[in-house]
Amino acid sequence: MSAMLEVSGLIKRFGGLVAVKDIGFSIKGGEILGLIGPNGSGKSTVMKCIMGIEKPNAGSVKLDGVDVAGWPAHRIARAGIGLVFQHARPLHRQTVLEHIILALLPDNLLMLVADLHVRRRAEEIAARVGLAGVMHRLPRTLPFADLRRLELAKAVARNPKVVLVDEPFAGLTAAEVADFSSLIASFRSEGHAVLLVDHNVKGVAALVDRVLAMYLGEYVAEGSAEEVMRNETVRRVYLGGKIETASRPAREGKGRTPLLDVRGLSVLYGKAQALEDVSIHVGEGEFVSVVGLNGAGKTTLFNAISGLVPSTGTVSWRGESLGGRTPAQIARGGIVQCPESRELFGDMTVRENLDLGGQHNPPAEATRLIAWLFELFPILQERQGQAARTLSGGEQQMLAIGRALMMQPKLLILDEPTLGLAPVILELLSKTLERLRQTTDITVLLGEQNVTFALPHADRVYVLEHARVVWEGDPARFAEEAGSGYL
Amino acid sequence: MLKSPKFIATMVILVVMALLPLGVGGYILGLLTLAYYYGVIAMAWDLLFGFAGEVNFGPTFLVGTGAYTAAMLNHYAGWPIPVCLFVGAVAAVVGGAILAVPALRLSGPYFGLVTLVAVLLLQNFIVLFAGTTGGEIGLDIPDVLAIDAAPNYWYAFGFMVVSGGLLYGLANSPVGLILQASGQDAIEASALGFNVTKHKLAAFCVSALFSGLAGGMLIFYLGTVSVGTVVDLTIGVQVIIAAVLGGRRTILGAAIGSIFLIVAGEILRPLGQLSTFVVSAIALVVILFFPGGFLGILQRGEGRS
Repeated sequence: MSAMLEVSGLIKRFGGLVAVKDIGFSIKGGEILGLIGPNGSGKSTVMKCIMGIEKPNAGSVKLDGVDVAGWPAHRIARAGIGLVFQHARPLHRQTVLEHIILALLPDNLLMLVADLHVRRRAEEIAARVGLAGVMHRLPRTLPFADLRRLELAKAVARNPKVVLVDEPFAGLTAAEVADFSSLIASFRSEGHAVLLVDHNVKGVAALVDRVLAMYLGEYVAEGSAEEVMRNETVRRVYLGGKIETASRPAREGKGRTPLLDVRGLSVLYGKAQALEDVSIHVGEGEFVSVVGLNGAGKTTLFNAISGLVPSTGTVSWRGESLGGRTPAQIARGGIVQCPESRELFGDMTVRENLDLGGQHNPPAEATRLIAWLFELFPILQERQGQAARTLSGGEQQMLAIGRALMMQPKLLILDEPTLGLAPVILELLSKTLERLRQTTDITVLLGEQNVTFALPHADRVYVLEHARVVWEGDPARFAEEAGSGYL
Repeated sequence: MLKSPKFIATMVILVVMALLPLGVGGYILGLLTLAYYYGVIAMAWDLLFGFAGEVNFGPTFLVGTGAYTAAMLNHYAGWPIPVCLFVGAVAAVVGGAILAVPALRLSGPYFGLVTLVAVLLLQNFIVLFAGTTGGEIGLDIPDVLAIDAAPNYWYAFGFMVVSGGLLYGLANSPVGLILQASGQDAIEASALGFNVTKHKLAAFCVSALFSGLAGGMLIFYLGTVSVGTVVDLTIGVQVIIAAVLGGRRTILGAAIGSIFLIVAGEILRPLGQLSTFVVSAIALVVILFFPGGFLGILQRGEGRS
């Protein structure tokens, strides 16, 4: 039997960045394929190219033998591909049932009255996904899992030949995961071809027939979940080959004076628990890594510390509570965050970005800092006059770190500096961090899903999983005690 | 639905409004007549803003195109009023489509900016060709809908009720649902198989149709067409304030907002120049603290009980 969905030679470029390099796979009806890769690996881009949300630069996407690559999304949807979105943005004034009815409507401008059977069909679908009891309620009154059910219901209503599911289990409890698994499995038993996109193999291993692993836009491995988990390259991508640790020169009082003390921190995003009862501490001069997969809560933790999202629990900085302070006051107090998204001023030059970071310094101090930074990141000196937007990903990351350092942080928070960077750049960045660590007293809190990058520098490691801290300890013990969760 | 208290209340209010000429003087009827025409324009605007999710900063481009087309056909060719109105409405739809097809390909604030520039272009065009269009002074129109205040009032009232009914019905139909989904999350709507551009363009054309028609009716009521009544940016701003004040995504709220703006301006007339200020301040307070507008406040009360 021929494949229902056949993708070959798929290439997608964003400016100079090649997000997807020659990816190909096929899925038969009644089969579930897991597309796996760490953050920035290009798996979501593959999914968007299939759906038509992004237009691939090259390659074909064949649905039952018809090449739909480059078609607009609505035509691809009509041809028989459906996408279950991870983040639902439901309409405020429509009930659950009306949302399902929407998915059942044809794309017709003269659709002024819906058939009666449409309503009955919508009720059946609501019952199938477990929304029967709440179908007349408005989305904002629903718990998080029910909103995800609603997204599934819409896919069921469209009855596509191929179902793409984006991170099916993100933010769900164990019981809900079991529920969703059986719903997704029912797609398979009805003969649909299913593509699950997720971060790690473990989460979807029980459900998938095959797994394809990606890293930095490239094919890494394909096979059964067990085969892929055993694959050497996959292990290296997720765990790192050999974890090297270098100890930092001992300093007076290092790690003794507590600088940051976070206790019982919890954050809710609407109904989703993004952070649950998290306690961490960072001592003066320490390099602490927080390791966790995408969605584990790293960014939320950092944002809560920086005062960017409301939270419960206490954050103490040098013994004083940060409660009630604005993000600007917290940053002036010495906690400087270098966000995952970098947040550079794209149309300003490299030098202007750095000068902005050093706004509060007296001129002499600023000159000294700039000179020191250029020594740390020689490439930034060469690129001084260039607009930040035109830098490569790695250079942008260095600029973001440089700008943060210009603020002379007491505590530097680095959120996923490796996101989307090539291995060579990673190495360069890693060396720079090591130099920073060896030559200065700076205290660093690093958030990473790339364990290889996070461990070598760390004095101490926290592992964050599903919004909670599940492990804390020495980087040397990480691989044997906590490493298995990273495949 | 026919027995719901909301429906009965609406009917009672409409009957009272229809009977107003029996007990109210011509001056007030004249004010309400204007308010009803602007109400239709505001409702047509809400279809775009509240449902298609596009901010049209230039409702008066559509109104003005319809009004000037109708006016010039009547002035120069002497065509009968219904024909002028029809051609004016068609012109507004064609003009709207010419504007929207390229503009809808832009995202974010650019759509709004294009519509804003369109108004300025139309205004300039009218002033430049003052010999034909009457320019800043305006153009007088030989025919009028009616001489007396009462029939004029009923024309406007009937037009508003029919337009409001059609727009409300459309907004609450399955097509309205698709439109609302397209406005809120275009990517998801297209992944559900809906051609978002097609639906938004259709909404723009419907909005243009009613705006153009309202513009035409308005000038046949006034007996003159001028930039200050159907094209000027401040008119467009009033329309937008009326729609937001009445309640976004409600259609009917837009008409209520228009009536409020004109009636409140009149009640506060003794304040002189200050009246505009007070009305604007009220509008600002409502928009700041009750973003759902008048109907939003009503609906919120309902949700609590």
